[in-house]
Amino acid sequence: MAEKILMKGNEAIAYAAINCGCDGYFGYPITPQSEVMETLMSEKPWETTGMVVLQAESETSSINMVYGGACCGKKVMTSSSSPGISLMCEGLSYLAGCELPCLVVNVMRGGPGLGTIQPSQSDYFQATKGGGHGDYRTIVLAPASVQDMYDYVDLSFELAFKYRNPVMILGDGVVGQMMEKVELRPAKPRRTDEEIRALCDSWATLGKPTSRRGNIVTSLALEADVMERHNIHLQNKYATVEAKEARFETYKTDDADYLIVAFGCMSRICENVVELARQNGIKLGVLRPITLYPYPTKALDALVPQMKSIMSVELNSGQMVEDVRMIANGRVPVHFYGRQGGAIPSPEEIYEAFIKTIKK
Amino acid sequence: MEINDIIKPENKVYGKTPVLKDAVMHYCPGCSHGTVHKIIAEVIEEMSIQDKTIGISPVGCSVFAYNYLDIDWQQAAHGRAPALATATKRLMPDKYVFTYQGDGDLASIGTAEILHACNRGENIVVIFINNAIYGMTGGQMAPTTLLGQVTATTPYGRDAKLNGYPLIITELIAQLEGTCYVTRQSVQNPGAVRKAKRAIRKAFENSMMEKGTSFVEVVSTCNSGWKTSPVAANKWMEENMFPEYPLGDMKDR
Repeated sequence: MAEKILMKGNEAIAYAAINCGCDGYFGYPITPQSEVMETLMSEKPWETTGMVVLQAESETSSINMVYGGACCGKKVMTSSSSPGISLMCEGLSYLAGCELPCLVVNVMRGGPGLGTIQPSQSDYFQATKGGGHGDYRTIVLAPASVQDMYDYVDLSFELAFKYRNPVMILGDGVVGQMMEKVELRPAKPRRTDEEIRALCDSWATLGKPTSRRGNIVTSLALEADVMERHNIHLQNKYATVEAKEARFETYKTDDADYLIVAFGCMSRICENVVELARQNGIKLGVLRPITLYPYPTKALDALVPQMKSIMSVELNSGQMVEDVRMIANGRVPVHFYGRQGGAIPSPEEIYEAFIKTIKK
Repeated sequence: MEINDIIKPENKVYGKTPVLKDAVMHYCPGCSHGTVHKIIAEVIEEMSIQDKTIGISPVGCSVFAYNYLDIDWQQAAHGRAPALATATKRLMPDKYVFTYQGDGDLASIGTAEILHACNRGENIVVIFINNAIYGMTGGQMAPTTLLGQVTATTPYGRDAKLNGYPLIITELIAQLEGTCYVTRQSVQNPGAVRKAKRAIRKAFENSMMEKGTSFVEVVSTCNSGWKTSPVAANKWMEENMFPEYPLGDMKDR
């Protein structure tokens, strides 16, 4: 059996990065995710795998270091929390425009503004609908456990290079700070220069061999028709991502008459709500989107007809519920229960809110 | 003597470096960018490092530097080139990495990135084009615009009370422990071009010696932005820019 170690979600991100052959981490301290860089700095991976770790002067600089590293075909990443991610959105737009692979971890805290250091899920819109300027998408994974935090790092790099697109792990203060046992995965070595050359020489800035002209990584095209072609190309890529990469989990939905949709830490709390409901003879189930973009639209769409109503449960004022309503498309009532500012609801509080919606 | 008797390899005294592409430049006649591009390209050719050089272009007129030098290029967000260069050099230490930045890019929106990259002593080359105006956006005030200088956003001349003072950033950079070579050059005549080229070559050579950041400012003309002729722009630069931005090495170690 593989080794299991007790660790924080943020530490899991750091250990997974080293383990899966990440080439570089660039970050700036912000609560509640500072343990990511602290762990990397104390592990000194530059002495073992050769991974570069650097504390930048700002989140703006961090994401642009990621931009530079991604231009070189390297597996590069950063992590931050909500206000820092806002600063990174300019860079994310460039990374998406240039079709560069990278990983950005957002351990969400409450906002708006400086907000709170307590957990939140109020960056759903920012993560899934853009954040930065222009028509672009970021692949977004929502971990619900420390094991997910660990496993999604490698998965993110796989997806990032498969689609040459930024990937975000959208965690929250709960999964970042809580400690759980994590099963470690077999280590992957960092890619060699030759492997990177074979994989990325058609686009990356690896130094120009005499056999080709210089590669230019840019998102700039002043001619309208060129820019439109690039946008259409991006949209076609996103359509492929939507068709192939939606991930989700269900909990007791087979016989369910009612459905809760929840992501991240809330999906686990809502599994307890299901047990409370079933003790009272109400057949409730949970759909947990693992990818928030692409959204598991087909999975939810297929569940809608059997439900009497649906409730979206989120640590915000109602963001994902807009997508749930769009997919339900008026077929059944869609309710919302949310908490904000760092408050985490108990299963009993959510159950009470759920009961009110079905007695209406 | 027939023309074909003259055109022989042994008679050749000058040629365009193959590192410069055969692309039509978008720069205005009289602009310094073309000359600086050319001497960087010549240094890359003479050092035989075309396959080992990564350029980072800025936002501004020289965003299109990538269309003219046949090397691998990254196009940075406005002001962020030193951050891209930092990661690129740290991840590929065997490469020559340089940023090419104008005064708005480097000394206004990108002050944090340039100061911290230089302070960390990143082993990169920074080429800083200071023409005291925003060229690409149509001649607005730059951080390096002189007091009294008329621009699109200082139509009555730069007023210290309203607009603050010219930012003499290269002297600031020279104070940072992380820099090894900081110099200010110009390219308005053949002598100046030769000196600037020597400075750029030294900067590229430094970047493999783990000595820290090499920073080359080139005081430049923007005759379109300054609304004058190329010849008059050179004269204006010598009379007005050089007193504020004196040429020469500030640091060499």
